[in-house]
Amino acid sequence: MTNRRDFLKGFLAGGTALATATAAEPVCARESHERPPEALGLLYDATLCVGCKACVAACKQANDLPPEFNTVDHLWDTPLDTTAYTFNIIKMYRNGTMEAKDQEENGYSFMKVSCMHCADPSCVSACPVQAMTKNPETGVVGYDADRCIGCRYCVAACPFGIPKFQYDSPTGKIGKCELCRHRTKDGHYSACAEVCPTGATLYGKTSDLLVEAKRRLALKAGTPYKVPRGKLGGPDQSYEGVAGNYLQHVYGETEYGGTQVLKLSGVNFQKVGMPDLPPHAAAALSETIQHTLYGNLVLPFAVLGAMTWAAKRNVAPGDDETKESDHG
Amino acid sequence: MAEHALPAPVGGKFINAVTLSCLVLIAVCVPISFVRYFYGLAAVTNLNDGYPFGIWVVLDVVIGSAFACGGFSVAMLVYIFNKGEYHPLVRPALLGSLFGYTLAGAGVLYDLGRWWNFWHIFWPGYMNFNSVMVEVAVCISLYIVVMWIEFSPTFLEAFGMAERRRKLNKVMFAFIALGTLLPMMHQSSLGSMLLVMGIQIHPLWNTAMLPLLYLLTAITMGYAVVLFESCLSASSYRRKIETHLLTPLAKIMLGFLAVYLAVRIVDLVLRGALGSAFALSLEAVMFWLETACFVLPFFLIGKEAKRRNPANLFLAGITLMLGGALLRINGYLIGYETGGNFNYFPSIWEIIGTAAMFSIEVLGYIYITRRFPVLPREA
Repeated sequence: MTNRRDFLKGFLAGGTALATATAAEPVCARESHERPPEALGLLYDATLCVGCKACVAACKQANDLPPEFNTVDHLWDTPLDTTAYTFNIIKMYRNGTMEAKDQEENGYSFMKVSCMHCADPSCVSACPVQAMTKNPETGVVGYDADRCIGCRYCVAACPFGIPKFQYDSPTGKIGKCELCRHRTKDGHYSACAEVCPTGATLYGKTSDLLVEAKRRLALKAGTPYKVPRGKLGGPDQSYEGVAGNYLQHVYGETEYGGTQVLKLSGVNFQKVGMPDLPPHAAAALSETIQHTLYGNLVLPFAVLGAMTWAAKRNVAPGDDETKESDHG
Repeated sequence: MAEHALPAPVGGKFINAVTLSCLVLIAVCVPISFVRYFYGLAAVTNLNDGYPFGIWVVLDVVIGSAFACGGFSVAMLVYIFNKGEYHPLVRPALLGSLFGYTLAGAGVLYDLGRWWNFWHIFWPGYMNFNSVMVEVAVCISLYIVVMWIEFSPTFLEAFGMAERRRKLNKVMFAFIALGTLLPMMHQSSLGSMLLVMGIQIHPLWNTAMLPLLYLLTAITMGYAVVLFESCLSASSYRRKIETHLLTPLAKIMLGFLAVYLAVRIVDLVLRGALGSAFALSLEAVMFWLETACFVLPFFLIGKEAKRRNPANLFLAGITLMLGGALLRINGYLIGYETGGNFNYFPSIWEIIGTAAMFSIEVLGYIYITRRFPVLPREA
């Protein structure tokens, strides 16, 4: 009888440990990972975007992706959202008479949708087989189909809805922007930034892009300034432009622990389709809980020890046997 | 040890209306499999990028494995808490679990988009130990092996391999211990799996307590399934219902259920999430439906006299299974919102696929209980 009581105590203690381990987490989850110092990314400035979609076409070409049709005549590529075959699109916000750009009421705006290359990506944390990885130097979130098992946990995990799966193929893959990492060896960079005629999409080191973004936010609307195009710190392709009427918010600076793609807009970010995210990554909480419970397998082995001790006492030899058991 | 009847085969004919319907469902699955493997998931499912997990994940694996916790819950009671009187329930419960888990494991191959790579999840060079899914996959696979070993005496007895049976029995305690630990691990992890999805999960189901909530409900669902199975097999095999065991078992189940409800409510209140339960939304309705299923058993079998009534035990078992299922459907599907215009309702082929999977379980259970010593011999 004492054994059982001792065991019950042990079991309750274990349960309490599990409860406290999990309950205490929100306050002591690990810090979100930071961007690597040389992290690469994009700066998208909605006030510079004219909605020409040259970036959408260039992305398709650079990644060898098929067109997607959403009109009856099937004449040209008309994706409505990012898919496993469309890694980048320009979405439009419209309100009322749409008389002015970058204005919430009676205005319109554009928004680029593609992978944000998070500092602490949920897709990388979720992927069971390391098919989704974050490059330690560039911070680019890449995908390796040869490793992928097609479980789609990354699709479910991403708060931006970026990794997408080819459900229509018997050998489907995940499709997402990899910042044209396959083109850097030829001296190229992200195709969307390369072709952007207005510099709305700018490629570069995220730390530089953040400085550039803050520089623009500090300008009064209408102030002339030099607008860089293509690659920040690359060959000078700049032109004289005027500062937009910005919201004082660099989207991606802190969202979900920070992203390597940053965005500026004149219209509320939620209105143009970007999610309202907390400043810490979900992966931080999920990984902390998992590693608290399973770190070095201490807790599992402790429980196993207790279970073995109890089972050894309670499983009588021949207990389960049909012949001899039930005379004892 | 208490005096109780030895397990014996039930005998009788295998083919009847129930088994025939199961066979038909399984037959329909053959062409569905062909289409799925030659034309991709979209050809047979309604999966999309807003709902990358459908019922083949949520019903077949997340809920299916929780339904299969009978073996774990009863074995824990008998061998860990030393309640020998429940011994006759171990084998039938374990048999149900065996099929539930084995099929959940095999069913994953249906859902994996790149199934030929599935072994990567067990290969150290590929495994990502930050991923909760790795823990779930490894743990469930190990548990399937452990359960077949735990159940193997049934076959060894039937085939007259007494010597091997005796040898295995000497080390059985180790497998029993492992068989108690492993479900605790992966059943709680099935809750943790949602955490990385962050704000996409509705506040009513988005808590760091998910591992504890999923574990507690898996245990109670284990007992609920035993009530359900015992009543069902008693009525279909025209056997005596083991009320003398089920009545006290139901009381233990209510104990675990009370703990679960306490944790659930305190967590909702402390997080300030309870308010969203009073909004006019599908999520709120589903939350109350789920909560009702968890509370109803107290009304059905709260009193000792009611617990002696097999009809009430059966109903309470079903209600609790439904509650646990709803908790999981609500977390993974109803309360999951990724933004954008995505909808999901399972296709007829997905539903048939899931029904066929449960049919294989029913068939296996019937076949083995008729031919092998699982259920206690009738006096």
